[in-house]
Order: sequence, then structure tokens, then C-alpha cells
Amino acid sequence: MENLTINTAVKQTLRNIKMTLPMLFGVIFFMGLILQLIPNSFYSILETKNIFGILIATGFGSIVAGTPVNSYILGGEFLSKGVSFSVLAAFLAAWVTVGVIQFPAESSLLGKKFAIIRNSCAFISAILIGFLTAILLGFWV
Amino acid sequence: MKKFIDFLIEKIGVSGIFILSLLIFYLITFFVRPKIFSTAINFSIETSLKVLPIMLLVFLLVFLSNFFITSSKIKKHFGEEAGIKGWLLSIFGGIISSGPVYMWYPLLADLKEKGMKNSFIVAFIYARAIKIQILPLMLFYFGFKFTIVFNILIIIFSSINGFIAEKLLNAKSIL
Repeated sequence: MENLTINTAVKQTLRNIKMTLPMLFGVIFFMGLILQLIPNSFYSILETKNIFGILIATGFGSIVAGTPVNSYILGGEFLSKGVSFSVLAAFLAAWVTVGVIQFPAESSLLGKKFAIIRNSCAFISAILIGFLTAILLGFWV
Repeated sequence: MKKFIDFLIEKIGVSGIFILSLLIFYLITFFVRPKIFSTAINFSIETSLKVLPIMLLVFLLVFLSNFFITSSKIKKHFGEEAGIKGWLLSIFGGIISSGPVYMWYPLLADLKEKGMKNSFIVAFIYARAIKIQILPLMLFYFGFKFTIVFNILIIIFSSINGFIAEKLLNAKSIL
């Protein structure tokens, strides 16, 4: 891998593009379809205020995908509907760190074992962040 | 059935199966729910056009990494002996990186091949939950206390995730 020529670097990059592009567009089109299929009423489930709220929020945040801006806008709506900060924190953390929709791309480029372990760790972490946020905000008087 | 799946994997690969399934899903939606089909297509094309410039930038970074960054450099800054500097660089990189996470997979896969530790890749991906560019929006929606607590927790959990994932990935008995 040391001292590559331009030709070799171009060839490696083209190989990378060939491997990556179909999966990336696949994920975008998958996301497009899934987001249209989720009914608006589903979002109201998140208003559950207890441990189930955190679990549902983590699960929901893991399945849907999009830019963090969208998660803030959705999160703002949840808050106005009475969703707690712990549920909100779990939702925001899972939204960015767990990627069920992106799993095929992550798995194909970084390895199946890597993708499974990384997403599982991130899923559990989102739940813990939900609890810790509630505790830490409670202490902050 | 298993034989058929194995045959498909051999012929078109896992990514081919994913794309094929997606085409079938779209085809079914076209006949069953044409309105959803057109909204999904429009949304996907719009998103693709949005990410295209970032993709070009990422592939340029991949090219530059292929040309300039050697395995020995990656091993030095993100390899086994990288230490605290490796953690800080990965988390900082994750925080300042923009665009959807899947845009970064090709570059991360390239750096992994050159010797970047799994723990640093995991920390990079996790730290992307902090977005400096849209921090004002977070403050506006959720307030100062929540923003501070949430972002500090993300930084701490970036390292925890990286550390645990590395241990699990090195454990031979898992998966």
C-alpha cells in the first residue's frame, strides 16, 4: 500500500465507487419508501411516559433515518406534546447512532460483524443516555 | 430455498439482493399504492441530488487518502499505538464531519483497510450525533441544560462504544 502512483490510486478509488454507489442509492431509495409508509399516527406512540417510552423512542429512532435537523424538529414536536426529556434524549441518540436502514451499506463496506456489534452497542447506549439524561437534569437545579 | 439464496449471493452478492428486493418493493408499491410510490420516488431523487455534492467530496477524500495516506501513517495516528490522540482525533472528526453517515462508510472502510482501529471508527460514527453546525437549533428547541447534558453524554459514550465494540470484535467466539 506504500508509495502509490496516481494510476493505482485512481483504480482503487474507482473500485471503491463501484462498490459503494449502488448501496448508497439503495439506502436512499429504501429510506424514501419506508418514511412514506410510516403513518403519522405512529409518532403519537412516543408520548408514553415511562421506561416503555424510552424503549419505544430508541426503537423508533433506530428504524427511521434522516438528517439530525429533522430529528430536532420532530423532537421539538414531541416535547410540545408532553414527551419527557429522557425519551427525547434516547430518540435523538438512536436517530443518529443506530442505523437499521443503513445496515446493508454499513455491513457491506465495514463488515457484517462490525455493523451488528456497533449498532447493538449504540442501541443499548441510547437507552442508557435516556436514563442518564433524566438523572442528570434532575440534579441540575 | 437456502440453495436459491446461496445461488443468488454467489451470482449478485448481498448488495445485489438488497437492490433486487428494493426494486420488487417499489414495483409492488407502484401497483398497490401509486401515490406513495410517486412521493417516495420524488423524495429519494431529491435526497440523492442533495447528497451528490457531498459524495463527490467524499470520493475526492478517498482518492487523496489512497494517494497520500499510507498504511504506516494510519497505523501511527489511528492504529494500536495511537492512544489518547487517536480517541481525540476520531471524536473530533466525527463531530465536525457533515452529511449522512453512509457517505462516510467508503472512507472509513478505506482507512480500516490501512490499519485504523475499529474502536476509533466506532467512536467517529458515534460522535456524529453532535452537530456543531446545528447546535443553535438544538439550543432553540431543547434549551441550554438539555443541550449540555446530551452532548457531554454523547462524547463519553463515543469512547465507551468504541472500547466495548473493539473488545467484542476481537472476541473470536462472537458471531
